[in-house]
Parts: sequence; C-alpha cells; structure tokens
Amino acid sequence: MKILVCISNVPDTTTKITFTDNNTQFNTNGVQFILNPYDEIALARAIELTEGGKGTVTVINVGEVSTEATIRKALAIGADDAVRINAKPHDAWFVAKQIANYVNQNPFDLVLTGRESIDYNGSKVAAMLGELLDIPSVSIIKKLDIDGDSAIVEREIEGGKEILNITLPFVAGAAEGVAEAKIPNMRGIMSARTKPLTVVEPVAVITNVEYSHFENPAARGQVKLVSPDESAKLIQMLHTEARVI
Amino acid sequence: MAVLIYTENTSGKFKKSTFEAVSYARAIADQSGTTLTAISIGEVPVEELALLGKYGADKILQVANAQLKNFINQAYASVIAEAAQKENADIVVLSNSFSGRGLAPRIAVKLEAGLADGAIALPEISSGQFKVKKAAFSGKAFATVELTSAKKVISLSPNAFQVIEKQAEGKIEEFSPAIKQTDFRAMVKEVIKSTDKVSLPDAEIVVSGGRGLKGPENWGMLEELAGLLGAATACSKPVSDAGWRSHSEHVGQTGIAVSPNLYIAVGISGAIQHLAGVSSSKVIVVINKDPEAPFFKVADYGIVGDAFEVVPKLIAAVKEYKASA
Ligand SMILES: Cc1cc2nc3c(=O)[nH]c(=O)nc-3n(C[C@H](O)[C@H](O)[C@H](O)COP(=O)(O)OP(=O)(O)OC[C@H]3O[C@@H](n4cnc5c(N)ncnc54)[C@H](O)[C@@H]3O)c2cc1C
Ligand SMILES: Nc1ncnc2c1ncn2[C@@H]1O[C@H](COP(=O)(O)O)[C@@H](O)[C@H]1O
Repeated sequence: MKILVCISNVPDTTTKITFTDNNTQFNTNGVQFILNPYDEIALARAIELTEGGKGTVTVINVGEVSTEATIRKALAIGADDAVRINAKPHDAWFVAKQIANYVNQNPFDLVLTGRESIDYNGSKVAAMLGELLDIPSVSIIKKLDIDGDSAIVEREIEGGKEILNITLPFVAGAAEGVAEAKIPNMRGIMSARTKPLTVVEPVAVITNVEYSHFENPAARGQVKLVSPDESAKLIQMLHTEARVI
Repeated sequence: MAVLIYTENTSGKFKKSTFEAVSYARAIADQSGTTLTAISIGEVPVEELALLGKYGADKILQVANAQLKNFINQAYASVIAEAAQKENADIVVLSNSFSGRGLAPRIAVKLEAGLADGAIALPEISSGQFKVKKAAFSGKAFATVELTSAKKVISLSPNAFQVIEKQAEGKIEEFSPAIKQTDFRAMVKEVIKSTDKVSLPDAEIVVSGGRGLKGPENWGMLEELAGLLGAATACSKPVSDAGWRSHSEHVGQTGIAVSPNLYIAVGISGAIQHLAGVSSSKVIVVINKDPEAPFFKVADYGIVGDAFEVVPKLIAAVKEYKASA
C-alpha cells in the first residue's frame, strides 16, 4: 500500500502571533517552525499501517527550501521518501492544486492530511484534494483501519460520531485518536539525511483568495475578581451585568 | 444572481447555527439586493422547512432522495453545486460545522469559487471588492480575505452572527438533482449519538475543567453545573491525554476552537495553546487557586479559590437563581 502524507510547516504552538507591513504579513521574525501537530498524527498512523513491509509512506510539502528541516523531521520519524513542491503555499486552494497534480501523475492508495494546519487553518486541503482527484474525503477522522481495498473510518459529528466504510483511494484528515505522534529515534535521525527528497516545480494556479490583512483579538478589560465566599454574586453579575445567563 | 444557503439538519431538525447561517445569508442577499434560496437535503418535515422562510428564505429547495438520507460530503457537494447553477447563485453560504468543513471546500472547487471558511462577520463589499473577516492562527488572530473569483463560498462560524427573524415567502419546491453513483464510495455504516449532551462547537455556554481538578472522578460537579446552565463540558489537553475525558472535549489550538457567550474555566492555567481555542468567547470566567495563573489576564471575571469549594457554591447559586427566575 502506498500512502501519501501531506505535511505543513507551521509556527510553533507557543508563538505569539504578530504582524508586520501594516498588518498585511505574518511576522516570522524569531518564530520557530514545526511539523503541524495533526500531520504528525497522520504520519504516525501511515507508518503503523505500512509497518512490516506492508507498504511505503511518502510525505509531501508545498513550501520553499526553508521547510526542508521539517521534511527531514518527517523522514526521521519514519517516512520512506519525501517530495517538496517548490513554492510559497499561497493558500489551501494553491496547495491542493499542487498536490493533486502530483498525485495524478503518481497515484497513491491513501492520502492523509492533518485535520487542519494551525496557522492559516481551515480544514480545507483534504476536501479540496478529494474533489480535485474525484475521490472521497473525510475532513476530520478519529480512527482509521484498512481492510483490503476499503477502510473503516470514524468521523466526528456534533454531539457524536459516525462510522464510515470507504473504498480506497480516498483522502482523510487525521485528528487525535487516530494515532499517537511518534518521536524520532537516533537511527531515524541518521537515516533521514540520506532518504530521497525530490524537489518538484509548481504548476501555475489561478488563485481566488487573497489575504488582505490581519488583526489580533481586542484585548479584554481588567478582570473583575469576586471573593470565593461571595461566589453567588458571580452568578448575579453574569446575569445582570454580562447578560450571558 | 442569487444567494444559496445550505441548511444542515440533524435528524430532521435545524439547529440554531443553521438559522444563524440563514440570517447571515439573508443579510448578504439584502446587501446585494438579490434573493435567497435555501436547500435542504434529507427528510425534514414541512413545518420545520417553513422556519427557513421565517428567517428570510424566499424559496426552499427540498431534496428528499432516499440515497441522500445520510450525509456523504461528495454527493451533497454535487447536489448543492447543481442547485447553485440552477438558481444562478453566485454566493453559497453554509455553517462551518464538522460536516460543513467537509462540504464547503468541495463546493468551492466545483464552482471554481474562492472560499472564506469560518467567517465571523458580514462581507465588506465596496468598489468591486468582496472581503470577509475570518478566524485564523487557531483563534490567535483574525484574517480578512478578499475573494477575487466571480463565485464565492462562505462558511459561517457558529455563534458569530445573530439569528434575525425576517419573514420571507419561503416557497417550498421539490428539487431532484442528478445522482452520480461514483459519489457514494463512502457509506455511513453507523451513527452514534450522545444525545443527552449539548454539542460543544454550538454551545452558548461551556464549562471546562483542567488538571486542577485532580482526576476524572471529580467531573461530577462540572457536569452538574453544566447541566444547570444548559452548557457543554470541555477540558484542557492534558486532561484528555490522560484519558480523564474524551478527546472530543479537548479545546485549544490543537483541539476544538469554541466561541460561546460564556466560557467557565475551572482549574486551567491558561497556557497559550489553550487560550488560542477559547479567546473568542464573549465572556470568560476563571476559577483557579493560583492568583498568578495566566488565565486571569484574559478573563472578564475571576475567583481566586479552590475549585472544590467554589464550584459547589456556584451550583447552589445557580439553583437559587433558577428557582427565583
Ligand atoms: C504542541 C502543543 C499543543 C497544545 N495544544 C493544547 C490545546 O489545544 N489545548 C490545551 O488545553 N493545551 C494544549 N497544550 C498544552 C498546554 O501547553 C498546557 O500544558 C495545558 O493547557 C495545561 O493544562 P491545564 O491548565 O489543565 O493544566 P496545568 O497547567 O497543570 O494547570 C492546572 C491549573 O489548575 C490550578 N489548580 C490546581 N488545583 C486547583 C484547585 N483545587 N482549585 C482551583 N485551581 C486549581 C493550578 O493553579 C493551575 O493553574 C499544548 C501543548 C503543546 C506542546
Ligand atoms: N503547504 C502545505 N504542504 C503540504 N500539505 C499541506 C500544506 N498546507 C496544509 N497542508 C495539509 O493540509 C492539512 C489541512 O490544512 P488546512 O486546510 O490549511 O487547515 C494540513 O494538516 C496538512 O496535512
């Protein structure tokens, strides 16, 4: 079985998000970039599913040369080879087009993404890829088991879950529950340097979404403290002052 | 020109977030002086469909094909895109629910439309530009995106837009879309509902607990408080990692992002990754025994105290308040 895992390079979760150029650009100054946490889960499951010679795992990233540290990390965790599409990831549509173009030329049995990227996130790439490849997609999965040429997948819904049976190939976005993220070991880190990383040039895409500006949430006022002995007063304030209950 | 709204239902009923999206779509139709058509897929009683007219739908397309009983995003996307063509709709609106996330990108690709996902305000339309404000960076920031394509798809965040009653004709029409068998390579085998609970992403009030609660056996009091307030329960990441609560309750940057009217955090320190997922809540209450806990810096109300003393007092106070109301 050939599995493709889409990986994104995102700001570390402790990053304080700020902007430059009149709030039009994300300020990457001093920001540490990491492998998107959900993509780590997708990668871990892909490795489990192919263990023992049952298949191969390829990781793909749409990014500039600066993302190669993150790609090498995925190889160290256990991916067999990697592809980097050499372009700035303009938006989800641009990323999905690039990956779909690659998959059309190099078919896979299963394409995994994370449930969302934690930067420009929106859970868009998985479903866009599914549509572009004309195969099923499930954007947020909690479990994934393969049985021959189909899979059993658990999907989160409001107030419950749904079990789906899907014919391969399809695209799925991994969330917690699918697998535990894996930490690279020494052997993995050593072998990552020599595993194949192919660089592919992008195809032209007509974009239809432009980020025009960013802002941070408005700061809240000073916290109003209520003493523990007067807890009842808090309920009253929430009713009469804040009007939320 | 028209606006099309996909109205998601759960077992034949529309949720509040669906009406929010209808109200939002109505407001967009009014912005551009055009009509609003709603599309409903699956079995929904006529009285329920009529509610879409109450919130501003001029026309309601009902699709009652048995093959479409269960939600399959690939098939639903085909149906909605076909309806958009038929209605000559250039804007398609839907809720940014779990299902909506699987649907909106597929519709956008079919219509070659730009997608604004997780919108939190009405579009700004001026001198040929169409801009939408949306959440980004897991709740740490907002982005305004310009949709430059002729057609546009917008998914609306829950609790971001008020439900507005605006009676329109709400004429119900049957719609029989083309069905492509290749759209059904995914099949729903089973739906497992936890019906007794308020669903977290749509909840107006959320009661959330962290490691300060010491263990899963202490969640009874949070569930009681949540039950009294009609709230959903949530937790911090270490709590679900430890298996005290299910992962579907984990909020934050790597969990669910919520934006309720009221978020009550009990025994949660307020790490940056946790705050990312909850900071767009309208009012935040923090209960923590450590006055230096970072959560107090972003809270509206706070009690510095032991959760095991404070929460029972809150429960008693809510009971009293409910008895007097
Ligand atoms: C990649 C990554 C992603 C992450 N994503 C998330 C995420 O999405 N969501 C998330 O929540 N976290 C996330 N985290 C974890 C985050 O950094 C914090 O570790 C976590 O939020 C802390 O959880 P907590 O507040 O429950 O526990 P703690 O930090 O241990 O805080 C417990 C709090 O309880 C208080 N307390 C103790 N006893 C009592 C008592 N009797 N009464 C009242 N208060 C009491 C303490 O004063 C303390 O403030 C992530 C971390 C990483 C590295
Ligand atoms: N630049 C990228 N290159 C490869 N995969 C990506 C990229 N950006 C996003 N993805 C994948 O798409 C998933 C969802 O991203 P998003 O739609 O942006 O929330 C991520 O978890 C990744 O698996």
